[in-house]
Amino acid sequence: MRYNEKVLEHYRNPKNVGSFDEQAENVGTGIVGAPECGDVMKLQIQVNENNHIVDARFKAYGCGSAIASSSLATEWIKGKTLDEAKQIKNTDIASELALPPVKMHCSVLAENAIKKAIEDLQRKKAKDNNK
Amino acid sequence: MEKMIYLDNNATTPIDPRVLEAMLPYFRDKFGNAASIHHKFGWDAADAVKQARQQVANVIGAAPEEIIFTSGATESDNLALKGIASMYADKGRHIITCKTEHKAILDVCKWLETKGYEITYLPVDKYGIVDIDLLAESIRKDTILVSIMAANNETGTIAPIETIGAICKAKGAFFHTDATQAFGKIPLDVEKMGIDLLSLSAHKIYGPKGVGALYVRRKNPQVRCEPIIHGGGHERGIRSGTLNVPGIVGLGQAADIAVREMANESQRLQKLRDKLYNELSDRLEGVTLNGHPNQRLANTANISFAWVEGEALMLGINEIAVSSGSACTSASLEPSHVLRAMGVLDVLAHNSIRFSLGRFNTEQEIDYTIKRVVEEVNRLRELSPLYEMAKQGKELRIAD
Repeated sequence: MRYNEKVLEHYRNPKNVGSFDEQAENVGTGIVGAPECGDVMKLQIQVNENNHIVDARFKAYGCGSAIASSSLATEWIKGKTLDEAKQIKNTDIASELALPPVKMHCSVLAENAIKKAIEDLQRKKAKDNNK
Repeated sequence: MEKMIYLDNNATTPIDPRVLEAMLPYFRDKFGNAASIHHKFGWDAADAVKQARQQVANVIGAAPEEIIFTSGATESDNLALKGIASMYADKGRHIITCKTEHKAILDVCKWLETKGYEITYLPVDKYGIVDIDLLAESIRKDTILVSIMAANNETGTIAPIETIGAICKAKGAFFHTDATQAFGKIPLDVEKMGIDLLSLSAHKIYGPKGVGALYVRRKNPQVRCEPIIHGGGHERGIRSGTLNVPGIVGLGQAADIAVREMANESQRLQKLRDKLYNELSDRLEGVTLNGHPNQRLANTANISFAWVEGEALMLGINEIAVSSGSACTSASLEPSHVLRAMGVLDVLAHNSIRFSLGRFNTEQEIDYTIKRVVEEVNRLRELSPLYEMAKQGKELRIAD
């Protein structure tokens, strides 16, 4: 596969690699994909008391575009509110990275990982409020 | 390292300078048509083709008139399967092959199924070796052909050709072998191995692309093959079309060099290949070999690196040319059908890299490759959530 420079840059120097404590109250974790399909992404968000995403982390098992899509996703969501982050579409990621059609699913995974991380955080907060 | 390293010799090989030298006159001064029987231009071309036919025949213990030149192994496979299917349709419409064959066999078989033929796709064991007992049981009265590849392109696993040949002979079915990867790399003898048809190609043995041959047995028993290309009756009427004289000269020369240097070359390549695998598995955890540990081409090592996806690894070491069985390398998004048939889990098939060494690789290149693969596997594992979970002893839990 011939990749464009943006994918290569994220692949070579991925942003926000790592993990937060999954148990922390201000952390939401989204894990999507399947090893049998060749892609697994873990994306985590950390929020402040105003529900602004102050930091993000990812780990990805998958091809170069899977790594680039998740690296880009973490860059984009930092500083956004949860509602703003939810608006990020896979097509935005795909067009920023100029992904070919056969790699579109990588951007879909990144979008889903963001949504799952937000859902996870909101579930934690709801539980908290019910205490 | 500014130079690229080429470890994808099962895909194709660079031409050997000795082969290129032999070919050049047949583009320039000796450009004649081998079918022109009335002047020296034609005679020179015909003489060159005659010599090449003998050189190719020598490698497999055949007679020169049993060699039919084609455009390559894909055409040879098509000619063997379609030619036999069509010629012997009255005897039967059953063909036996194997799940790990190249697409040049499998796709022809699928096409034959649409034309009313019945195909049996035999399973293989974990090393990629076809189930011999099942093969013997599967041959019926209406079985016209058994087609089993001599050595697998993805794993290098070598089939028990002689045993298969003997079974086919005893049961009265023709035996075709796709020897694209094996030709010129391991000893092949059509008499001793009971081979009736054999496909081969020039560009896997340091010859030019676009030329190959099909061996078709002429006696004990005579095998007849219906042509798939008509127009002039070249090659005993089995394959029409003006002969690719420079290409055929190149095939002959490449075959001649391959058979003369086979013993030394396979010994040298096996040493380098084993060094590659042994050092990688010493320096990294989660390294597994796909293919037979020793019934295997000397140049091939198909290796899975746990928790690291194959295409990502190829991108990381992209100054080194290799292949992967990962789905991400194909449009179908399914991992290698060969590894699947061997029972390799999909997750490990995605992590596979095929290193195929060749005549022009050096030990220095292998040392560099080892160093770079170790670096990049370690880097990608730090990125991999699967590696992280494995280290923490966690099961992968994925929300749907």
